[in-house]
Amino acid sequence: MAETATPAETVSRARRSPAQHLAEAFTSGSVPGTVTLTEIPYQAMVGIRVDRTSDAGARVASVVGGLPAACGEVTGNDSVNTLWLGPTEFLVVAPEEAHDSLGGSLGSDLTTALGNDAGQVVDLSANRTTFELSGSHARAVLEKTCSLDLHPRVFKPGTAVSTELAHIPVMLWKTSEDSYRIFPRASFADFLGRWLLDAMREYASPEVP
Amino acid sequence: MLLISCPNCGPRDETEFHYGGQAHIAYPENPNELRDREWAEYLFYRENTKGTFAERWVHSTGCRQWFNMLRDTVSYDIHSIYAMGQQRPDLQADKPGEFSQTGEFGQEPGLAPGAATTSTGAATTAPTSSEGV
Repeated sequence: MAETATPAETVSRARRSPAQHLAEAFTSGSVPGTVTLTEIPYQAMVGIRVDRTSDAGARVASVVGGLPAACGEVTGNDSVNTLWLGPTEFLVVAPEEAHDSLGGSLGSDLTTALGNDAGQVVDLSANRTTFELSGSHARAVLEKTCSLDLHPRVFKPGTAVSTELAHIPVMLWKTSEDSYRIFPRASFADFLGRWLLDAMREYASPEVP
Repeated sequence: MLLISCPNCGPRDETEFHYGGQAHIAYPENPNELRDREWAEYLFYRENTKGTFAERWVHSTGCRQWFNMLRDTVSYDIHSIYAMGQQRPDLQADKPGEFSQTGEFGQEPGLAPGAATTSTGAATTAPTSSEGV
């Protein structure tokens, strides 16, 4: 009965992630070892606007383990990371459990840290979903649409930039040598998911020399 | 396609930017005293320069920051990128056609791909950048 369900269980039962309907297609379209695509749904995300050199910026930084100073930088640890969106704008990405509705305290901690100073802390967890594109050909898939130089000598692991993929705005975060996390807005998840599946399709066939 | 050097993010495709029209149009000091014609001229009348033109751009899919740019409307050469609120740089002082980037933008382009290199057509000099902060 409903009275036995915790708030967290109620939330998770009701949730539908933006690319949930593509989960099977992602599995069948992935080529293990070459390029795989998965959705990492429901990550907790918080948008922050604060001057990182101010007192409030220092307090916010101490909650999330530092704020990035320049385009491309990512700060944080294994679970909570902060991406640079602009000179005074940052995106905190954390596991689902960090969300206040699921027993976490990320949002409330940040709100407390900002206090009454100039800036904002906004729960953006439902704004974007996360795709993970990995494998030896992940870069080749992205290079079909991304105009940035993704060569490893330029685009290094631990770098995140906001740019365009398939003409839609996304955050692109290179988490390791051949693994990328892509943050499209929820309403673009279906389009980008299908676009990436189409781009991955050729790698399922043997390479033509 | 223009390759525009965002002061925060480094060189990016033109499609990541939006155009903001002519730069350096000051808001009237006392709008209530303007006659209709003067108000209309403030709102709608713009230069239609053939040659070097000062204009505003915003990096809308990147850092979402505004900046000014001196661009040649004939050759599309970008001569200068400078901060909002700064005076239009005097191109006579530099060599015409040379690229310069001035102003207090808060930080230098960081780890963004290509932040250390740039090109806008033939005549450019790369803006200084800290390589791999």
